[in-house]
Amino acid sequence: MTSTACFIIVSRNDIPIYEAEVGSAAKREDAAQLHQFVLHAALDIVQDLAWTTSAMFLKAIDRFNDLVVSVYVTAGHTRFMLLHDSRNEDGIKSFFQEVHELYIKILLNPLYLPGSRITSSHFDTKVRALTRKYL
Amino acid sequence: MIGTGKIKQYANVLDKPLGKGKQEVSLSAFAFLFSELVQYNQTQVDNISELETRLEDAGYAVGARVLELLCHRDKGNRRETRLLGILSFVHSTVWKVLFGKVADSLEKGTEHEDEYMISEKELLVNRFISIPKDMGTFHCGAFVAGIVKGVLENAGFPAVVTAHFVPVEGQQRPRTTILIKFAEEVLRREARLG
Repeated sequence: MTSTACFIIVSRNDIPIYEAEVGSAAKREDAAQLHQFVLHAALDIVQDLAWTTSAMFLKAIDRFNDLVVSVYVTAGHTRFMLLHDSRNEDGIKSFFQEVHELYIKILLNPLYLPGSRITSSHFDTKVRALTRKYL
Repeated sequence: MIGTGKIKQYANVLDKPLGKGKQEVSLSAFAFLFSELVQYNQTQVDNISELETRLEDAGYAVGARVLELLCHRDKGNRRETRLLGILSFVHSTVWKVLFGKVADSLEKGTEHEDEYMISEKELLVNRFISIPKDMGTFHCGAFVAGIVKGVLENAGFPAVVTAHFVPVEGQQRPRTTILIKFAEEVLRREARLG
């Protein structure tokens, strides 16, 4: 899929615990930082929106130029945020659900401190495979 | 060997499916593990309140994970945003999965707006534990209080959770009450959400 996407997982305490930049568009140095900046700016919106609904998938909550920010909030208030340019909402929802399952498996590890960075390379490989599959 | 072909071996835990959670653990195995946990912590601390804190921290880690897993598995990916919702989630779903039955009762405190109580005739973790007289008010239910605290805090409802013995006439063994005192911001947000 030739689309740009930036995916980050932000913990309950607003600390990013995982980042993945996916995209075949021109890899400018500032593109990555711009994406992260937009996602962090969207955190405020997520915070308010999370308390208004009991659903986990919050769809598109913010736009920037032609990129859209979609967010998925888990029960423990860990936010999965995706900055993308695709319009395939169902694909994005399935993507979030699969990443959620992977995240739960990481969390169940008693030696993993919730809120710390996810360093597993296997997790990274799987998430990138999912972005290729759904985005 | 016969039968090894039937179980699929996964190279990495991330590939293994999460499972339906129908497994049960033997009570005696858990009781041994818990008693070792308490005894180990007893050697590491100088006083009772530190021991309770350590048990609470152990429970907190469990609570954080239980919340995520149960919301995904049993609640079909719906979060709890209201106070009564999360309390009934703890009282029924969490208790059922951890202890095999729902908690005996859930009450709202009469003196303070922010206090709630979950009572049990006898906590599963306390079944094989007796507290010597010189340990006074120590309660091994601090572990369960930690679990409840982990669930509530991670769901966005910070609270102070403690376990107490409440004597009841007609029974020699006192009931256990888990007292939950919510933080200010929880009540303010509840009032705002209406």
